[in-house]
Amino acid sequence: MNIQHIIREISDTDPDFLDRLDSRRSVMRAFAGAFKKATLVTLPVVMGSMFRKAYGGVNDTVVEILNYALTLEYLEAAFYAEANKVSTTLIPSDPARGAIKTIGDHETAHVKFLKDAIVSLGAAPVNSPSFDFTAGGTFGNVFTDYRTFLAVAQAFEDTGVRAYKGRAAEITGGGALLEAALNIHSVEARHAAHIRYMRRNAGHNTALRPWIIGKDSGIGAVVQPIYDGEETTTQAGINITNINGMAISADAASGAFDEPLTKQQVLAIITPFIVS
Amino acid sequence: MVHDNKSGMQPSASAFSRRSFLNYSGAVLAGASLLVACKDDDGPMPPAAGEVNLGTGDTGILNYAYALEQLEAAFYTMVLKSAFTGMTAAEMELLADIRDHEIAHREFLKNALGSKAISALTFDFGSVDFTKRDSVLGTAKVFEDLGVSAYNGAGKLITTPDYLVLAGKIVSVEARHAAFIRDLISNGSFADNTVIDANGLDKSRTPQEVLGMAAGFVKNSINISGLPK
Repeated sequence: MNIQHIIREISDTDPDFLDRLDSRRSVMRAFAGAFKKATLVTLPVVMGSMFRKAYGGVNDTVVEILNYALTLEYLEAAFYAEANKVSTTLIPSDPARGAIKTIGDHETAHVKFLKDAIVSLGAAPVNSPSFDFTAGGTFGNVFTDYRTFLAVAQAFEDTGVRAYKGRAAEITGGGALLEAALNIHSVEARHAAHIRYMRRNAGHNTALRPWIIGKDSGIGAVVQPIYDGEETTTQAGINITNINGMAISADAASGAFDEPLTKQQVLAIITPFIVS
Repeated sequence: MVHDNKSGMQPSASAFSRRSFLNYSGAVLAGASLLVACKDDDGPMPPAAGEVNLGTGDTGILNYAYALEQLEAAFYTMVLKSAFTGMTAAEMELLADIRDHEIAHREFLKNALGSKAISALTFDFGSVDFTKRDSVLGTAKVFEDLGVSAYNGAGKLITTPDYLVLAGKIVSVEARHAAFIRDLISNGSFADNTVIDANGLDKSRTPQEVLGMAAGFVKNSINISGLPK
């Protein structure tokens, strides 16, 4: 599904959508002052009231995207919460234990932030699904084996990066909401890079890099859908390999850009980890 | 930086007076040298060689990104030209990856902008000691965190969905770089509380903030007055 198609779809069901995208910008400006005064805790509330103002009601697409993001954050937060419970047996030592604690804290904060934002829109946050982080036994030792744990962590983080990117276009011009989504998106990328660095340093995969090369997962075929498409070396019709006579390899050309995943692709990826 | 005002360029019809330049410069992040180059009189100023106007709308934002990628690519090119003392083979390999990513970003944006691309900027890395690990990695950390916050702040200014997605494809790679450089400095600092707030959110910065922080490295003055706000 491409961006124009999504916009067309929304415009079909909500003919004023495109107009609203524009007029909303002025609303954003009107609220800029309120934002400066808002504390961190009240930010989602301010964001919500701004969107209600812009739409005179709740926009289904915005809420749906927020609930989609919330579901991914539930998955990550629950995953690290489980790991942190058994940190001393699962994770060999610091600074690795500290890193997993830090990442878990961020995911928990993302859950709260998104829930608050949805509530402030006058909408209902979805409930957390129940998770099976062994994916039906595929990763049976996920919380007892450090290698498996980090591999699954990497899979979730790289998925998160691609998932946020995949929905961003739908909230183009979305002011504070878009900005907050981008502020989460880059944190997920920092996490992904660090988990990859941990795996490399621990000797689990010494060829692994903090960025994605080609469509190599560094994990195995079981998570391949998370990486399919990352191998592209063309952006907006421009070939990046050796662009303008520069010595840019295909690996560098693919690594220089992270690719989005559609909602359907992401749901297919996380479904094996969801029991209800 | 000394501007060559004898290169045959004549003041254009739109040349503005020193007074209006000073009014204007609120939106212009001028290198001190540019101001020095202006004669202290009230006559019309010659067009400032080296002044770069990013333009307006999405083009302006893409040029803003292009300026930042030029800075990063030039920096890492220097880093790899003469390795700092004690650079390991693994570090060299990964820093070369980063250099290639930044060059790829730069050239991509240049081609995407086509005739609307700003010219090549001139940089001054005199404050960086390229022989010293601390100096190089400390500067790299500033540039990478700055790049992440710049894209995060610019996303909401973009009106074309395709461009927003392209910016998103680049910013997460910048965030990966930032995390890695931070880990090289201190393992575990990839997303510490100097960059991530209590809501788990990364930073955003406005173009004015970003170019203000980068100004010490950029010899050109960059005019951001046309950027969307």
